[in-house]
Amino acid sequence: MSRILLDPTSERALAVRARLPRLTSLAGVTVGLLDISKPRGDRFLDRIAARLAGQGAAVKRYRKPTFTKPAPVDLRQEIAVQCGAVVEALAD
Amino acid sequence: MTSTPAAARPLPDGLVAFVKRECPTCALVAPVLADLAGRAALTVYTQDDPAFPPGVAVLDDSSLEVSWHHAIEAVPTLVRVEGGVERERVLGWHRGDWERLTGVSDLGAGLPAWRPGCGSRSVDPDLAPELAVRFGAARLRARRVALAGLEDEAEALFERGWTDGLPVVPPTERRVLAMLEGTKRAPQEIVAVVPPDLVECSVEKVAINAVLAGCKPEYLPVVLAAVEAACTDAFNIHGLLATTMPVGPVLIVNGPIRRAIGMNSGINALGQGNRANATIGRALQLVIRNVGGGRPGEVDRATFGNPGKLGFCFAEDEEGSPWTPLSADLGVAAGRSSVTLFPGEGPRSIVDQLSREPESLARSFAACLRTLHHPKLPLVFDCILAVSPEHARVFADAGWDKKRLLDRLHALLQLPGSEIVRGAGGIAEGVPENLAGATLPKFRPGGLLLVHCGGRAGLFSAMIGGWANGATGSAPVIREIEA
Repeated sequence: MSRILLDPTSERALAVRARLPRLTSLAGVTVGLLDISKPRGDRFLDRIAARLAGQGAAVKRYRKPTFTKPAPVDLRQEIAVQCGAVVEALAD
Repeated sequence: MTSTPAAARPLPDGLVAFVKRECPTCALVAPVLADLAGRAALTVYTQDDPAFPPGVAVLDDSSLEVSWHHAIEAVPTLVRVEGGVERERVLGWHRGDWERLTGVSDLGAGLPAWRPGCGSRSVDPDLAPELAVRFGAARLRARRVALAGLEDEAEALFERGWTDGLPVVPPTERRVLAMLEGTKRAPQEIVAVVPPDLVECSVEKVAINAVLAGCKPEYLPVVLAAVEAACTDAFNIHGLLATTMPVGPVLIVNGPIRRAIGMNSGINALGQGNRANATIGRALQLVIRNVGGGRPGEVDRATFGNPGKLGFCFAEDEEGSPWTPLSADLGVAAGRSSVTLFPGEGPRSIVDQLSREPESLARSFAACLRTLHHPKLPLVFDCILAVSPEHARVFADAGWDKKRLLDRLHALLQLPGSEIVRGAGGIAEGVPENLAGATLPKFRPGGLLLVHCGGRAGLFSAMIGGWANGATGSAPVIREIEA
């Protein structure tokens, strides 16, 4: 259940955190490929990995224990530290 | 209980009764209500059983919404309403009162003349906080921020930049509504325009930040007065924030509220360990940070800062003082509560364990006070001199009142220009050379404030230096505390 708090600020800034700017190039960027453990997601990500490599990106592969739950905090932090971008596979 | 104005949800004209089945007095007056229903325009709200009282058409208020909005405290409550406006209410059963309010005679023949009622379910301590959120949260205008399911509450508040570096209490609707019970002021009333962003700050926003700081509701009036004082032109919180000097708002509380909210003016008065002392000053600083946008490294340019910028608030020991309180010196009547804001650095100790004569101790004070910020800089800085009970006793036993001590200190702090001009003593810092023949006081008139506080043991006092004073900087500002 979400918990509701009251904003203590002047409310001049957005309440939601801003997205990081989009990458303009994949050259030299490490891209994480997150397999959420749905069937055949790995096959989809294999193809993505091959295409990313062709654009000069380094690829790291990750896997969630189960698609039914959010990624564990440790896994999310690992990806955030190691990668400049991430692709999450929703294949089925 | 603070509820939305009843006028926004008027009761039906005529007679209105609030009852619950589990109340014996309500059961006692059930026949009276049945009698009245046939003789007058009567509306009955029942809080627990729509079949009660028997034989009377009732409105079901088991949600307690109507009872809550009309601040029903006891049942039975009988109200007379004309043109949507409540004219009178009586609580419990009292034949004379009921006959007068209804204009109907011979009510409740055979009943005792008087019976007290029971507590309304809408003020049941187990239900009231939840009702306050259900019916009162609409009064709150602040933006709602939803935390994701996996976010840790404490970490989430750090991430959003709402803290001073220490953990804060999450400002839930329930906590903020409870905080607002600490004042009679309306949530949307504007308290001040808060620098540096010059944002209009409502009572509600102050309450949210008071929750963050860890305040109890009864501290809120002090926080509100402090926010008002801080945002005056005289106190100049913008300059205080922006200066590179190590200063922040120092709050000194006088009057009955000190004891009412359990503030510390004794052992460790300037230190940690007392909730009111620790959180009231912190709440003001969080208002400056969160509402005003005053953050270190942005508009706050302090070279060093000081630990008191987390919150520096204490009470004066008036009961143990031989002197008039600070509030009296600044014009507030005895018996009134007030908060004085001083633009101060951290306290510095003055040790004198041997002086038993007032002249000797005054000379010690003067020697230390002369060094404030720099021994060769006069007039620019104000100072609070916090005198401990053991030091104050030296003066009191010799019959020195506060004015005599202040006069003596000012006399001892007349600095010869030749000693403080630039270059004197081999020190470049100082006043311009053309003042070599002048005599300059260390403090401007009224620039030295005496406060009595501290533990009973210890022949120490403390000085709290200010920054640029007067019209070019900040002046101490006192505000009376309103409930």
